[in-house]
Amino acid sequence: MPVKSLGQLRAGESGKIIRIEGGHGIINRLAALDIRPGRNIRKLSSSFIRGPVTIEVNRAQVAIGFGMASRIIVEAGNTSP
Amino acid sequence: MKVLLMGNPNVGKSVIFSRLTGVRVITSNYPGTTVSYTHGQMKVGDEQAEVIDVPGTYTLEPTSEAEEVARQMLETGDVVINVVNATNLERNLYLTLQLLEQKIPMVVALNMWDDTRHQGIDIDLDKLREMVGVPVVPTVATTGEGIKELVESLPKAVSPDTPVRTHDERWAAVGGIIEQVQRVSHRHHTWRERLSDATVRPISGGLIALVVLAASFIVVRFIGESLIGYVFDPLFNNLWLPVLDRLSDLLGGGGFLHTVLIGSLINGNIDFVQSFGLLSSGLYVPFAMVLPYIVSFYLILGLLEDTGYLPRLAVLMDTVMHRVGLHGYAIIPTLLGFGCNVPAVMATRILESKRERFIAATLISIAVPCAALQAMIFGLVGARGWQYVAMVYGTLFAVWIVLGIIMRLAVRGFTPELLIEIPPYRLPPWRTSLQKLWMRTYGFLKEALPLILGAIFVINILHSLGVFEAIANFTAPVVTGIFGLPKEAVTAIAIGFLRKDVAVGMLAPLALTSGQLVVGSVVLSMFFPCVATFVVLLRELGLLNLLKSVAIMILSALVVGGLLNLIL
Repeated sequence: MPVKSLGQLRAGESGKIIRIEGGHGIINRLAALDIRPGRNIRKLSSSFIRGPVTIEVNRAQVAIGFGMASRIIVEAGNTSP
Repeated sequence: MKVLLMGNPNVGKSVIFSRLTGVRVITSNYPGTTVSYTHGQMKVGDEQAEVIDVPGTYTLEPTSEAEEVARQMLETGDVVINVVNATNLERNLYLTLQLLEQKIPMVVALNMWDDTRHQGIDIDLDKLREMVGVPVVPTVATTGEGIKELVESLPKAVSPDTPVRTHDERWAAVGGIIEQVQRVSHRHHTWRERLSDATVRPISGGLIALVVLAASFIVVRFIGESLIGYVFDPLFNNLWLPVLDRLSDLLGGGGFLHTVLIGSLINGNIDFVQSFGLLSSGLYVPFAMVLPYIVSFYLILGLLEDTGYLPRLAVLMDTVMHRVGLHGYAIIPTLLGFGCNVPAVMATRILESKRERFIAATLISIAVPCAALQAMIFGLVGARGWQYVAMVYGTLFAVWIVLGIIMRLAVRGFTPELLIEIPPYRLPPWRTSLQKLWMRTYGFLKEALPLILGAIFVINILHSLGVFEAIANFTAPVVTGIFGLPKEAVTAIAIGFLRKDVAVGMLAPLALTSGQLVVGSVVLSMFFPCVATFVVLLRELGLLNLLKSVAIMILSALVVGGLLNLIL
């Protein structure tokens, strides 16, 4: 299954987080919102010109800045969150 | 005994706090409404207990300033009520386990319990109690369901033996609990979720945002104008004016006491806007000009807050806000600023970095006029034609953008990226929404009325002592030379430090041209914050940054006022 960043994922597509590229700071900030490797997510929307991405993770909706979203690597596939 | 209310952001801690203590606090449907600690009292058995509403936190690992403070707070508490969002149990339990590791007696309030049913979530309460090892009470804070049981459970708070775990171990433990406790049945997309998706997508969301903001503005104006035209103006003109006329006659139509109480007669008559006595303008300005807009503004803001629309607006505005060195969530303090700059500056605490807080607080103080100031601008400038009101707003908006870009480039530090939870849409809980409206309205009267009356009193005293004339002559080069205003306008600028609404009112008797009125309104909005905002800025930014911020305000007011004078 294709591996891409959350930034590249299309709206409506689902996937499973396989890793987060970054230091402790970003990993902890994301983990606090339950965004961590192993989680299934669905991308709800993206904005133009590198705006934030919104995803559904474990029944909650979270908006993530584009830069941060680009560092969340997912395996795209038909897994429902 | 000290009871701490702790939990993730936006799970309803403040609503529970309000229920437990009877202390009214502002609650909304977005993460980060509570930015400071609120204290209250409640009875546990026969004992009096202090309750503290701690701002929401996702984790006790110090990833942000707020979390660091929450952790320190924990050491002072005797019992924790861990408020948990029942519809999002898994993420909430992470903090629950962390709290248990702190070895402090605890009970869990499983809030938003009513939502689990229609979201197809089934939670085995007995099993959860057994696995967590502390009392678990299902609650619906907005209706009060389960609050009595929660209070009764407090004496049973315990601190079960919990191993200190690592990050991953804790998540694994949470997973283990969820597996045994929670069943989720498949459900269909509800209308709220469809609406939710539509409001964050760029095209549909952008259109919806335009409609929502335009409608808000129109409705605020409509309600405000209706209250003035049909309620307050008739009251003042038909009931109060005859009383004042009699009083004026009794006082002989002039003299010191007449000046203080009634003010000066305009063409032989009392004029509520221009006379400037304590009993004339002193009551008319706060009640008949400002209060109607306070009520209508906070009614609409409350709806936006309580439905959960604001975080979506934050997502849409993120790209724009980054241009001015902020991220999308800064739209929330900014919108609050249109009501009053004081809570707005405090709300900048939801922003992570010092730089962001400085930029946001400065921009709010300069370019976001509060409801009282706007009401006076509507009243005075609007009377000359709405194109002039548009000029005031257009100028302030341009200042907001230009100054924001300059600060983004000039202020050192970083602006982190947006990372926020978007709560589901909710119908506003009417009781708490109306209570919030009342709190804010009452707050305005309590805080502003003494200041307004005080300002008018001071104005009359200084006038009769001739102090203003001395100041006016001294500052004439700036006021007349740069702003093109009559030198007496300096008194308005000086009084602006006390109350901006009174200050705009002071421009009324000066017989300004419409252009001068626009310049005056803009300069009054931008020059110094009012004293209340000043105090909060000092507390939130520190002295050095406050001085920087004030320097920016004065400088930009001079530049923009001067430019406007040249153009108009």
